Amino acid sequence: MVEQLSVFLANEHGRLARMCRLLGNCGLNMHSLVVADTAEYGVARVICDRPHAARGVLEREGFAVSVTHVLAAQVPDRPGALADVLESLDAAGINLEYVYCFLKPDSSTAVDILRVEDAEHATEVLTAAGIGLLHASEIYDPDEI
Amino acid sequence: MFQPELETMPRSALADLQLARLRTQLARVYVNVPIYRRKFDEAGFRPEQLETLDDLRRVPFTVKDDLREAYPFDMFAVPLRDIVRVHSSSGTTGQISVVGYTRGDVERWSDLMARTLSCAGATADDVVQVTYGYGLFTGGLGAHYGSERLGAMTIPVSGGNTARQVQVLKDFGVTTLACTPSYALLIAETAASMGIDVRSLPLKIGVFGAEPWSEAMRTQIEEAMGITAIDIYGLSEVMGPGVASECVHKSGLHVFEDHFIIEIIDPVTLEPVPDGEQGEVVFTTLTKEGIPVIRYRTRDISRIVPGECACGRTFRRMQRVTGRTDDMLIIRGVNVYPSQIEQVLMSIDGVAPHYQVVLGKRGSMDTVEVQVEVGPDVAFDEIRGLEALQRKVAGAIASSLAVSVDVKLVEPRTIQRSEGKAKRVVDLRNEGA
Repeated sequence: MVEQLSVFLANEHGRLARMCRLLGNCGLNMHSLVVADTAEYGVARVICDRPHAARGVLEREGFAVSVTHVLAAQVPDRPGALADVLESLDAAGINLEYVYCFLKPDSSTAVDILRVEDAEHATEVLTAAGIGLLHASEIYDPDEI
Repeated sequence: MFQPELETMPRSALADLQLARLRTQLARVYVNVPIYRRKFDEAGFRPEQLETLDDLRRVPFTVKDDLREAYPFDMFAVPLRDIVRVHSSSGTTGQISVVGYTRGDVERWSDLMARTLSCAGATADDVVQVTYGYGLFTGGLGAHYGSERLGAMTIPVSGGNTARQVQVLKDFGVTTLACTPSYALLIAETAASMGIDVRSLPLKIGVFGAEPWSEAMRTQIEEAMGITAIDIYGLSEVMGPGVASECVHKSGLHVFEDHFIIEIIDPVTLEPVPDGEQGEVVFTTLTKEGIPVIRYRTRDISRIVPGECACGRTFRRMQRVTGRTDDMLIIRGVNVYPSQIEQVLMSIDGVAPHYQVVLGKRGSMDTVEVQVEVGPDVAFDEIRGLEALQRKVAGAIASSLAVSVDVKLVEPRTIQRSEGKAKRVVDLRNEGA
């Protein structure tokens, strides 16, 4: 399981920029950023190199931040790879809340971030299907303070 | 109990005392205050016609506008040389009105605030931090004199500078905190952000007033601070804090009836309502010399709590003020007080105590938007979780108050924190198109 930061953002000018600047100023690097938006607010989902530090910085500046545990499937960067992952989950009847992908820097592998209802079951299903799941330490230092 | 012989007086003796004092008071204002003489004459009432306490119903009401028109000193009942202090109303609802105190008034006020602190459980051994504002507002000096009269160690911090409030609270071994309830929450929050757990400090009593608050908010403050939180009541026009106070049984506020007569009236018909029914609170001062008020309509909404209190005080109790007649919202024909919305919000998990109600107009319809801060307890990763929270809040308000509201989720600490009275309602209905 990997820790993703979810940041509640009011739909205001410059709010996302402010969040990114704070992380940038502290030398925190994002691997991935996705914003789920509604008319009134958005939720930014962030995978970064030091999630605990990032959470601390953002909370000190008044952002509402929560940590969400997500699965990170490692797949080759080729057509149909994500479809394989999703079909495995679907076949096992596992509901997907959301998914997004990013490329691992300097490699030909893609990372599929999966938020599912039953993470334990999904882990078994994906492992049985030969799909590798990344450990937190392969994305960031899980022991950082 | 600070003055047990008075606070536990038999009701019949109290009625005799009230009648005697009321007669004197009415005669004094008739002679000394032209505004009262005019009002009494217009109503065909003469002070000597008062034979029983029930005859008070024949006396005309005094309203806020009377005090405003008398600005600054026209309702004083003594020459200015006998006034030793002035305060003014906080001006939250319009132009300020000025009140004056004789030396005797300050003495009696000090006794009544000492009674109030004693009602909350404080004694001469306590350390009282007075965080009500000092100045024209009656809160600071009122609590200060009462605390000194009680013999407690009194710390006149006044309002503002929350970090310093926390520092004093911790370093001076404060046992009793006097401030507005919304400011108490801000102090608790600030202390937490400074890494100080208020529950581990000697603080044990909170004496909170000057704004309406709810039972749910009391629970929240008591848990956050590890204290007993007591509701106190007063208003500058009548005296200031010290008109009524809860005792440790927290089942209504004992009105200090040896100095004030309380009536509850229907704000529309102006007729008294039976004990137990809600209405507008009306006070008559019995001992005030500087600026007595006769049947003053407070616009506060409360009711008399029937029955006797376990503490032994014989003074009747008024229920905590649930709102003001002029705070009352009429949302598509339904009457709602902001405190009722607060009560609902506080009962929902994940909703921080900070909220704001914004009134607007959509066409000719009044609209209500409840802004709620997304607290640390909200799992907001998924949009549908947030939408569920919005629906839960709107649904809870709709089912208990029968009004439909829009719920807007906002970021933490974006609703303005107040160091005095909280600004809970923003009325934009008469602004713009």
